[in-house]
Amino acid sequence: MAWFSKSKKRTENRSADIWIKCPRCGNHIFREDWHNNLNVCPKCNYHSKITSYERIGLILDSGTFEELNISIYPADPLKFTDAKESYAVKVENTRKKTGLNEAIVTGTGKINGLKVVVAVMDFRFMGGSLGSGTGEKILLASNYSYEKKIPLIIFSASGGARMHEGILSLMQMAKTCAGISRLDERKVPFISVLTDPTTGGVSASFATVGDINIAEPGAVIGFAGRRVIENTIKQKLPDDFQTSEYLLEHGFVDLIANRSSMKNTLYQVLSFYNR
Amino acid sequence: MPKKETSVSEMEKMLEKLRNMTEAQDEEFSDQISKLEKMIDSRKEIEFSNLTPWETVQIARHHQRPVFADYITLVFTDFIELHGDRRFADDRGLIGGFARIDGAPVMLIGHNKGKNVSENVERNFGMAKPEGYRKALRLMKLAEKYNVPIISFIDTPGAFPGLEAEERGQAEAIARNLVEMAQIKVPIICVVSGEGGSGGALGIGVGDSILMLSHSIYSVISPEGCASIIWRDGAMAEKAAEALKITAGPLKELGIVDEIIEEPTGGAHNDYAAISRSVQKILIKYLKKYKGYSESKIIKQRFEKYSKIGVFNK
Repeated sequence: MAWFSKSKKRTENRSADIWIKCPRCGNHIFREDWHNNLNVCPKCNYHSKITSYERIGLILDSGTFEELNISIYPADPLKFTDAKESYAVKVENTRKKTGLNEAIVTGTGKINGLKVVVAVMDFRFMGGSLGSGTGEKILLASNYSYEKKIPLIIFSASGGARMHEGILSLMQMAKTCAGISRLDERKVPFISVLTDPTTGGVSASFATVGDINIAEPGAVIGFAGRRVIENTIKQKLPDDFQTSEYLLEHGFVDLIANRSSMKNTLYQVLSFYNR
Repeated sequence: MPKKETSVSEMEKMLEKLRNMTEAQDEEFSDQISKLEKMIDSRKEIEFSNLTPWETVQIARHHQRPVFADYITLVFTDFIELHGDRRFADDRGLIGGFARIDGAPVMLIGHNKGKNVSENVERNFGMAKPEGYRKALRLMKLAEKYNVPIISFIDTPGAFPGLEAEERGQAEAIARNLVEMAQIKVPIICVVSGEGGSGGALGIGVGDSILMLSHSIYSVISPEGCASIIWRDGAMAEKAAEALKITAGPLKELGIVDEIIEEPTGGAHNDYAAISRSVQKILIKYLKKYKGYSESKIIKQRFEKYSKIGVFNK
């Protein structure tokens, strides 16, 4: 009966939580392999989402990260309520669930010894949406870069403006760009890294105006939603529409870098900063 | 058309019938007519002072609402349109050029909505493409070089959501304007004259003062879009219009709008001359305000203005 018991054991091992099904290619990957590969599918190179702190761990020299403005969290200026709950309640639940106060983590650290300011969006916090607190943290990060003349790197992962804050969220696009605009005056580098997804109000503000725009492979990057465009033009869009590769081809990103080489790519680029 | 407008316009039709009946100039009739006229006026006054946000949306999108081209001829003189972004094309959805107001030179840019089907097809319903935003930036840089203040008229459902717009970098075109407008060294005055549709509006909407017509709207997303995302039902647009706080009053309270330009009773479409006078008067006032500001003061104040926008906890 050896063959029987062996087979049973293998079936147990196949229980769902040890596999991850790649959302892009559909292959089943061992969870451990998936994580060891930085949440990137080893079969198709799909770069899945990672948390702000995971990303900071991959980019900065270990032990160098110092977080800034950690206590900023959303208010509910419009007293906005959707079908299920108020924005205030949604924020509280999201804060508890994610352990984050906002959709972005900001701070300082080093890349191979080079001092940088980083701002890293986290899609888990209301789809990485740009609210007042998010905008404030980006502005404060860029002000820090401006004052200390330290390069700024922003990692975007966002569905766009946070409509629960109405016009205030739209204005964060102008606010963050006002902060970015001052960096040129002092010749401070600003590198934008676009990850999946970078759309709507975030794509139409700081994310696409880096001195250098770097994208992760296969990220969805674009202004209008795919469905909205298909409804407008009454046509089906090509599969690669609004991907990193599509943007590279059309001249809107400088280069595409794998997650595993992102740190070195950033270091290489910044090593040309000669001031 | 909002319900309130319909009820008033029905009364007006009755009045017209009554007028036609009294060609004989009967004194009794004319007395009744003037009574009815007064009734209509006071009814209008009451009903339009109390519009719901959704009714305001309908007025802001009214097909007879004055468009940028109307303001160009009624508020300004000597308009000379300047075409093209020098990169790709001349966008008809967003236009601009030099003009004078009260004798003083300005650079005008604005979304170019039309008022009938053929105009709107030509002008893409005032939905700008990347070349539109790039043309606007070129003209703003020109204004800076010639030391001429910039006035922008905002009236768009949104930036054009089409394949070729994405291909040519709609996101980057808008983003570039936001960055550059923060540093333009001449005064920028923005007038939200109809629909302030999201990023497409903001792409020419970063300024030192934001003025807004009383029945116009300005929003991060259309009420219909918000309804379909948040409530998964486009029919909830009326509720979304309320929740998003998109009308002039709440936007002034939030500190986004500096001053509201009152429209004639029933909306700007009822009296082009009156709304144009009001727009002209307020623009002259604001141009005076910024006259004599140094370049550095303009930039510094604009940065501080945008730095302060936002409500959050610490």
